[in-house]
Amino acid sequence: MKELTRRSLLAALPAAAALAAIPARAAKNYGPGVTDTAIKIGNTSPYSGPASSYGTIGKSEAAYFKMLNDQGGVNGRKIDFISYDDAYSPPKTVEQVRKLVEEDGVLLVMSPLGTPTNSAIWHYMNQKKVPQLFVATGATKWNDPKHYPWTIGWQPNYQSEGHAYAAYILKNKPDGKIGLLYQNDDFGKDYLKGVTDGLGAKASMIVLAAPYETTDPTVDSQIIGMKSAGADVFVNTGIPKFAAQAIRKAAEIDWKPLHILASVGNSVGATLKPAGLQNAKGIVSDFYLKDPTDPQWKNDPGYLQWVAFMDKYYPAGDKTDAGNVTGPSLCQTTVQVLKQCGDDLTRENVMKQAANLHNFRVPMLLPGIEINTSPTDFAPIKQIQMGRFDGARWQLFGPLITGQAPA
Amino acid sequence: MTVPEPETIALEGRPRPAVATSAGASILRPGARQLAIGATLIVALAAPLVTQNFITFQLTLVMVYGLAILGLNLLTGFNGQFSLGHSAFYGIGAYTTAILMNYNVDYYWTLPCAGAVCFVVGFLFGLPALRLQGIYLALATFALAVALPQILKFQPLEPLTGGVQGIALMKPDPPPGVPLNPDQWLYYFTLLVLLVMFAGATSLVNSRTGRAIMAIRDHPTAAAAMGINLPLYKTLTFGVSAFYTGVAGALGAIVIQFVGPDSFPFLLSVSFLVGLVVGGVGSIPGSLVGGVFVLFVPNLAERVSTGLSGAIYGVILLLVIFVMPSGAAGFARLLGGRLARARQSFAKQTTGRIK
Repeated sequence: MKELTRRSLLAALPAAAALAAIPARAAKNYGPGVTDTAIKIGNTSPYSGPASSYGTIGKSEAAYFKMLNDQGGVNGRKIDFISYDDAYSPPKTVEQVRKLVEEDGVLLVMSPLGTPTNSAIWHYMNQKKVPQLFVATGATKWNDPKHYPWTIGWQPNYQSEGHAYAAYILKNKPDGKIGLLYQNDDFGKDYLKGVTDGLGAKASMIVLAAPYETTDPTVDSQIIGMKSAGADVFVNTGIPKFAAQAIRKAAEIDWKPLHILASVGNSVGATLKPAGLQNAKGIVSDFYLKDPTDPQWKNDPGYLQWVAFMDKYYPAGDKTDAGNVTGPSLCQTTVQVLKQCGDDLTRENVMKQAANLHNFRVPMLLPGIEINTSPTDFAPIKQIQMGRFDGARWQLFGPLITGQAPA
Repeated sequence: MTVPEPETIALEGRPRPAVATSAGASILRPGARQLAIGATLIVALAAPLVTQNFITFQLTLVMVYGLAILGLNLLTGFNGQFSLGHSAFYGIGAYTTAILMNYNVDYYWTLPCAGAVCFVVGFLFGLPALRLQGIYLALATFALAVALPQILKFQPLEPLTGGVQGIALMKPDPPPGVPLNPDQWLYYFTLLVLLVMFAGATSLVNSRTGRAIMAIRDHPTAAAAMGINLPLYKTLTFGVSAFYTGVAGALGAIVIQFVGPDSFPFLLSVSFLVGLVVGGVGSIPGSLVGGVFVLFVPNLAERVSTGLSGAIYGVILLLVIFVMPSGAAGFARLLGGRLARARQSFAKQTTGRIK
C-alpha cells in the first residue's frame, strides 16, 4: 500500500502543478519587466562613435513612446523605454544589452541598430530567450526563425532588394551588361548576392562587380573600369558619399548606362544634391518609406500625423532625415505586437505575436505596403516600389514588388 | 660604436638595483603594501559571489582591459616606445582564440596560442620599429591598427575569419563539479590568468632584464654604452607587450562571445592609451585602474547625458589628468608621501614637546 500511495502521489504532482498553472494563464501572465502599469523595453543605439548619425532613430523612438504614454500607453500600460549608447562597437553592445536584460530586466530589446552589433548579441539573446525585436539593419540573416527564433528583422533586406533590381533589369534590359559597385562588407555583399541570385541563369550578365572600401578616397577607377568593360547597366549600391561620387564620375566620362541606385544611397539631400541633380536625372531606385521631403505627401494623413508628432515631441529632430521616419515606424510595429499580446505579456508570447502580424499598416510606409509575418517568415517588410528621379524628386512608378523572402 | 656580443650582454647588462626607479618603488611601507594587496585579493575573490552576473561580467572585462593596458605599459611605460597599434594585437589574440575554438580547441589552450602568435607578430613588427622613434613609431603602429580590420575582411581569409560577419563563440561551462555559473567561472578563470601575468610582469620588471629595459627608456645612449643590446631588448619588449595584450584579447573574445572586424577599431588603441595614462605610466597595478576607467567612465558619461556623452567623457578625462597628472599610481604615491611626512612631522612635534 505504501508503495502505491507514493506512486500515486508522484503521479498526482504534475497534474496538480498543471492545475495551478491554468488559472494563471487564463488571467494576467507577465514576463520580466511587466507590471499592471508599465512595460520595460530596452534598446541600443549609436549615440556616439562612427555611426552616430543613426542615433536619431533611437531619439525619435524615445520621443514616440513619450507621446504614446501621454496618450495612455498600450492597454493601460506605459512604456518605459531604456536606450543605451553602444557607440556602434560590438563588445559595448554586448555589455549594454546584458545590462538591459540582467540589471534593468526588460521584457524585450527593440530595434538595436547595426549589423555587427546585432551579430554580437545574436547568440546571447537566443540563449537567454529574450526577444530581439525588429532589428534596425537590412542584413538577410535576421530572417532565420528555425535557428534563431528570438530574433526578427524589419526593413526589406538587402538581398530581396537585389532580387528586385535583377527582375527590373531582366525586364527592361534583358541583353544588358551589368557593372555593380558594392561596399566590401556584409551589406555590400548582400546586395551582390541578391542581384546574382535574382539573375539566376543569366548571372553572367554581370561583367564587372567592383568593390570599394569605406576608407577609399574615391571610386573613380571602378567607374572607369565599368565603362571600359562595356557595361550598359550600372547597379550602384554605395552609401551616400560613394554613390554620389559614382554618379558624378559617370556623368564626367559621359557614361550613360541604365543606372539603378540602391535604397541606402537614394537620399536626395545626402546623395543626389552633392552629385548634381542634373547628373542624377533618370536614375532608378527603390523605396518602402514615404520620403518626408517629397511634396506629394504634403496632404497625406500619415505624413501630417508624423509632422505633428515631430513638432510636439521631437522638435530638435531633422524632418528631412529618414531615420526620424524609421524610428516611429519601428515603434508602431512593436506597439502592435504588444497590443496583440493583451495581458499575456511573456517573452514567449511577444515572439508568438511578432510572428503573427497580418496586413498591418504603418502610416509612413508607402501606400499598399503591409507588414506580414508568420512562424516561418521573420521578414516583416518585403514589398518595395521603384521610383525614377526626374531631376527634382523621385517619381514612384510601377506596382509594388515583393522580393522573395529567402528561406 | 660597436655592438656588444650577446654573451657579454648577460653579464654587463646587469645594472645595479639602483637603476630600477619607478617600477619597484613602493608607495607604502612593505607591510602596508602587502596588506593592500591582500585586501584587494579578498575583495576580488568575494566579488562574484555577492554581485549580479552582469556586474561579474563587467568586472571580468575590467580585468581583460587591465591586462591589455599592462601589455601597453610594458612597452610604453617601461621601455619608452609608443604604440597606437595595440588594438591590432588585442584583435589578433581575440581572432586566434575564436578561430581555434571554432576548431574545437579548448578555450584554455587557446590563450597560450594567442599569446604566442602575438609575440611573434609583435617581435617581427619590432624589427622595423627599431629605426623609428617617438611619434614616428606611433604612426607606424597606427598603420597596424588601421590595417587589421580590413585584413580581417580580406576575401581569401574569409573561411578562417568569417569575414565581415565575424565569429560567434559559445560560452565555456565551468568544469564539472564546480558550483559556479558560467559568468562566475569566467571571472575566476580571468582572475587566475591576470594574477599569473601580473606576477610575471612584476618579476620581469624587477629582474636585470627589466632594468635593462628601463635603462633603454631613461637613456638609450648610456644603456648602449653599458653594453645593453638595444635592438634585441627593444624587439623583445615589443613581443612581450604584444603577448600580454594578445592574451587579453583572447580572454576578451571568450567573455564577449563574439569577434568581428568592427570590434577592434583604432579607437580601441586610444582607449588603451587613455587607460595607461590614467592608471599611471610605468605602474603595474595602475593598469587595472586604467581598465576600470576604460570600462566605466563612458557609462558614467552616458548616465549624465546621452547626447553629450562624448563631451562629458572629455571633461572627466581633463579633470582626472588635472588632479592626477601622473596617473592613479602617481597620485597614490603622492598621498603616501604626504602621509609619511605628516607622520614624521607629528612625531617630531611630539618628541619636541616631551623635551
